[in-house]
Amino acid sequence: MTTQTTLAIEATGLVKSFGETRAVDGVDLAVRSGSVYGVLGPNGAGKTTTIRMLATLIRPDAGTARVLGYDVVSDADAVRSLVSLTGQLASVDEDLTGRENLILIGRLLGLKRASAKARAGELLEAFGLSEAAGRLVKNYSGGMRRRLDLAASIVVTPELMFLDEPTTGLDPRSRNQVWGIIRALVAEGTTILLCTQYLEEADQLADRIAVIDRGAVIAEGTPGELKASVGSGALHVRLLDPDQRPEAERILDRELGTVVAEADPAALSVACADADRGAMAVAELTRSGIRVADFSLGQPSLDEVFLALTGHPAQDPAATDQPDLTEKEQAA
Amino acid sequence: MSTVTTPRAAPSSDADEAAVRKAISSISRPPRASAAQAALTFGWRGMLKVKHVPEQLLDVTITPVMFVVMFTYIFGGALAGSTGEYLEYVLPGILVMGVLFTTVYSGVALNTDLTKGVVDRFRSLPIWRPAPLVGSLIGDSVRYLIGGTVTILVGVILGYRPDAGVPGVVAALLLVVVFAFGLSWVFTTMGLLLRSPSAVMNAGFMGIFPLTFLSNVFVDPETLPAGLEAFVDVNPVSILATASRGLMEGNPDSGDILIVLGLAAALTLVFAPLTTRLYRKG
Repeated sequence: MTTQTTLAIEATGLVKSFGETRAVDGVDLAVRSGSVYGVLGPNGAGKTTTIRMLATLIRPDAGTARVLGYDVVSDADAVRSLVSLTGQLASVDEDLTGRENLILIGRLLGLKRASAKARAGELLEAFGLSEAAGRLVKNYSGGMRRRLDLAASIVVTPELMFLDEPTTGLDPRSRNQVWGIIRALVAEGTTILLCTQYLEEADQLADRIAVIDRGAVIAEGTPGELKASVGSGALHVRLLDPDQRPEAERILDRELGTVVAEADPAALSVACADADRGAMAVAELTRSGIRVADFSLGQPSLDEVFLALTGHPAQDPAATDQPDLTEKEQAA
Repeated sequence: MSTVTTPRAAPSSDADEAAVRKAISSISRPPRASAAQAALTFGWRGMLKVKHVPEQLLDVTITPVMFVVMFTYIFGGALAGSTGEYLEYVLPGILVMGVLFTTVYSGVALNTDLTKGVVDRFRSLPIWRPAPLVGSLIGDSVRYLIGGTVTILVGVILGYRPDAGVPGVVAALLLVVVFAFGLSWVFTTMGLLLRSPSAVMNAGFMGIFPLTFLSNVFVDPETLPAGLEAFVDVNPVSILATASRGLMEGNPDSGDILIVLGLAAALTLVFAPLTTRLYRKG
């Protein structure tokens, strides 16, 4: 009778420490079945650790999580039989060919030899990898590798898919293809938990977003709500001469409001919802003899979201001090 | 059948969203893979890697040749009066040594594998838990067989003529491989506990070297000091070498053989569950 509001993921108070570091510090999540849920945060915020706990790869130190109704600790095997994971490192075997990778996964999931082969052929075709099917994956481009990775995740279609930064490091064309694949999955009813560093990605794909920082959820809502809390747009300007930044900062501050100096010593950004005012501000810079290398008006960057929500930039050293741990460090 | 083949389209290098949607909806979940299917599939993975990177077989083909030739010609005259006589004594020993050295690489390979993203996928699959480990050790056992066979063939070329003929040699080879399978679990445990492949290699050889040299692999222990002789006599490597010699010479000692099989079983029973737990723990 509660089918309309079924939760695919229900996590309360998840905690995981590695040595002294509290990588995840009390994360709560509620993800509706059939939705795309974005987990947005910088490197080291605890996204990967959260996903690994939910995918039963590591046990939480505290808190509970149910995935598709099964407890991730006591019913881990039931969870595994319903989910797929596409990890941050491409989760495919580099020393095998694309086709062999898909047959391998098919066999491990219980397909008979002939079905595993047929399924591999079907997926290679659908993912545009037929021509590369016989090549070793270590010779694939990043985009091809990621597509194979996604294909491997749907050898048997999962109820829920974990995607950990699926487009990090991809060129725009490959990124669009990955987005297309994710949309196809959603259209077929798969629930998706998507970790990303890109606000734009979460905005494009997710129904709801949790912003995570230093192991805790600091904001939650629809992309619209989130952006409204940050300001709807931003003007990004990059100067030819970094020495002119202080002066540019003064001018933009006068024209538009509080300026954020970006990590790039020649770049600045400032909240700006109105294209005309943005154009005038840029013109004002030029008039004052400041040479502009390029500028764009777009969505607020993750940096700006973080500044708005937390008062500190995303690339705060304290936050990046906790890189996602490798397998071996966790096993040790 | 639940799978559907899409019509042949012109080959393209892009994902086709409609085809992706079709592929997503065209499969139903098969019954879970049996333990044997999962383990053998991982064994198949090991074989594929050898097929794609045949250089991996160098250590089990070149090293045994070197061992047999070197030990026979360098020590043969001095230790046994003639190379021919020494070969009779040392070949089963070198077989044991060569294969046991190879077991260390099982731990090294596992440690290397762990740094790769694909392990995450394996661990998130609903499969028999020890399958990835059992499967790769089945694959490694094929390597042990190849290494052992090369050792014996080189011996035969140099004039080794075992009294028990082919059946005795095959039995000895199988015994060594079974023991090596058991011992590999020790090194896979190390592979999961230590941080780098070279640490596994160093620790592994630090254990296997003294065990091999303080055994009867190269010399009859009767000439050793009493304390050392006592150790050599109970050293499992000596017992394995003696059992192999017995099988190859046609006077098998069932006591030694049983001890070897018992040790292999004990090592597996202790270290296989330990390795599996460490592999799954993360």
